[in-house]
Amino acid sequence: MGQKGTKDKITPRRRFFTNLAHNVGLGAMGVLLWAGYTSKAKSSPLTLRPPAALPESDFLKTCIKCGLCAEACYNRPQNLDKEGNKLTPGTLKMAKAQDDVTIGTPFFIPRDVPCYMCEDIPCVPACPSGALDIKKVTNEKGELDIRLMKMGVAVVDVSSCIAFWGLQCDACYRACPLLDEAIKLVYDRNSRTGKHAFLKPVVNVDVCTGCGLCEKACVTEKPAIFVLPTDVALGKVGDHYVKGWDKADQQRVKDVDINSVTTQTERSKKKAEDYLNSGNLLEY
Amino acid sequence: MKFSNYKYLILRRISQLGLLFLYFAGNAWGWSILQGDISTSLLFGKIPLSDPFALLQILATGAIVGVNILVGALLITLFYGIFGGRAFCSWVCPVNMVTDAAAWLRRKLLIDKIERKVWISRNIRYYMIVIALIVSAITGLAAFEVVSPISILNRNVIFGIGAGIGLIIAIFLFDLFVVKNGWCGHICPLGGVYSIIGKYSLLRVKHTREKCTLCMKCKEVCPESQVLHMIGKKSISVNDIECTNCGRCIDVCNDDALEFSLGKFIKESKESK
Ligand code: SF4
Ligand code: SF4
Ligand code: SF4
Ligand code: SF4
Ligand code: SF4
Repeated sequence: MGQKGTKDKITPRRRFFTNLAHNVGLGAMGVLLWAGYTSKAKSSPLTLRPPAALPESDFLKTCIKCGLCAEACYNRPQNLDKEGNKLTPGTLKMAKAQDDVTIGTPFFIPRDVPCYMCEDIPCVPACPSGALDIKKVTNEKGELDIRLMKMGVAVVDVSSCIAFWGLQCDACYRACPLLDEAIKLVYDRNSRTGKHAFLKPVVNVDVCTGCGLCEKACVTEKPAIFVLPTDVALGKVGDHYVKGWDKADQQRVKDVDINSVTTQTERSKKKAEDYLNSGNLLEY
Repeated sequence: MKFSNYKYLILRRISQLGLLFLYFAGNAWGWSILQGDISTSLLFGKIPLSDPFALLQILATGAIVGVNILVGALLITLFYGIFGGRAFCSWVCPVNMVTDAAAWLRRKLLIDKIERKVWISRNIRYYMIVIALIVSAITGLAAFEVVSPISILNRNVIFGIGAGIGLIIAIFLFDLFVVKNGWCGHICPLGGVYSIIGKYSLLRVKHTREKCTLCMKCKEVCPESQVLHMIGKKSISVNDIECTNCGRCIDVCNDDALEFSLGKFIKESKESK
């Protein structure tokens, strides 16, 4: 240890600061690597969460990964098979390392096992952390109401739904626990044959809970109706368009500050000849 | 081979495997003795028990957490803080069985004798605690919980085997070939948390110098052998916080020079000052 010469001698003070820098450096490296991995460990945006789950980013913060929701779902008495002596697989699964979902968090895949919209909702009160928020499925009277939940919304791919071809199929319509509310059959004239009707399934996004019973029931090889997380499935109109005939919708934009709404894009400051001749029209 | 040489080892395995079985039964057959998993469980369908480190990480993300988790973490902290010390590691944690197996095989294969020593600090675990909390705050996701081999192994037993089991094998190999007691003795932040929680706990291993024949079998099996610095020197308790109260040293000692004691710690630490 630094015996010869004065050059490579380290004073205690110097040693202290070098050690400090060393430790801070290693620590910072650890934070960066770990944070890099952790931010990659978040779920795919297509993940469907249990009933009454908080919005995804809050859900990820809050869920302690205990599995009590999944255990309650699996062990609920209604989950017995037809003979009534064996439990069928539960809806909620706890994510494993190979799933595209943050490890240890509950999720479900409707085509495998949809949510049966249990009246007593065993999964939600089981959650100790508040990641499943019982308030979201409690109505004004203080009763549990599974119809209030929103795990996602069903979307119909009209190109592969055989009802849109003109064939008779209402499997999803009949499978829906909110019969004739979440999915309606819309009648339409089939101009190809001239004498038949289309019975097209159309989802009411305000009613659909995202349970996925329709997706499970769909007769096509890969379901033509499927549940997506609401923010993935739905667009957003913004403040420019209002249903002038709908009181509730007018209320929506009532408080919008007129001046904050831009209806025009800004005009170019250059003269027309300048930009027309500039060679790159796409920039303007 | 006497029973007394394996007593605590057998009791610990019964405890660890028994808990895993109860967790498994809680999901598979709906038994309500112990439900949930090692991060948060429900005892007898009523009493919440939560991992205090998981709670800290959740709080670090800025989330507001249910009161059951707070109560559960408090109960666990009180239990280990007053009584058990770091006993979670040797009596509850499933990974302990894996790392113990690696340590055993290491001794049998004489790997310690042939391998080049890789030095890493035993204090890494305490840095890991801080880093885990910082990363949780930055990313909004409880950072150790997404990599924790403890919860991964636990959930693999309860909810079915997944690819996470690879991590468990990696830890086994790391402990076997890279660093002796590498994971539990150096890196695991949860072990560090329970060490800190158990600083003033009552349950201690006590050494009686007069009986000791200096065979050093205890130091050979101890996963934190540095805590046995008093062997053959002083008749005091093992007061270092890293002792896991596994009782393996008591098992292997044929001269009754080691035993569990309750409450002596407080008296003694006063005496020694
Ligand atoms: S409501 Fe759905 S997720 Fe909850 S227990 Fe019933 S089937 Fe399972
Ligand atoms: S019960 Fe709550 S905290 Fe536990 S896994 Fe389910 S959502 Fe997460
Ligand atoms: S997901 Fe399908 S079955 Fe469930 S409510 Fe919506 S439309 Fe009905
Ligand atoms: S079950 Fe599938 S194919 Fe049939 S109407 Fe519904 S979406 Fe179309
Ligand atoms: S150090 Fe960590 S992995 Fe090892 S026994 Fe303790 S908690 Fe389990």
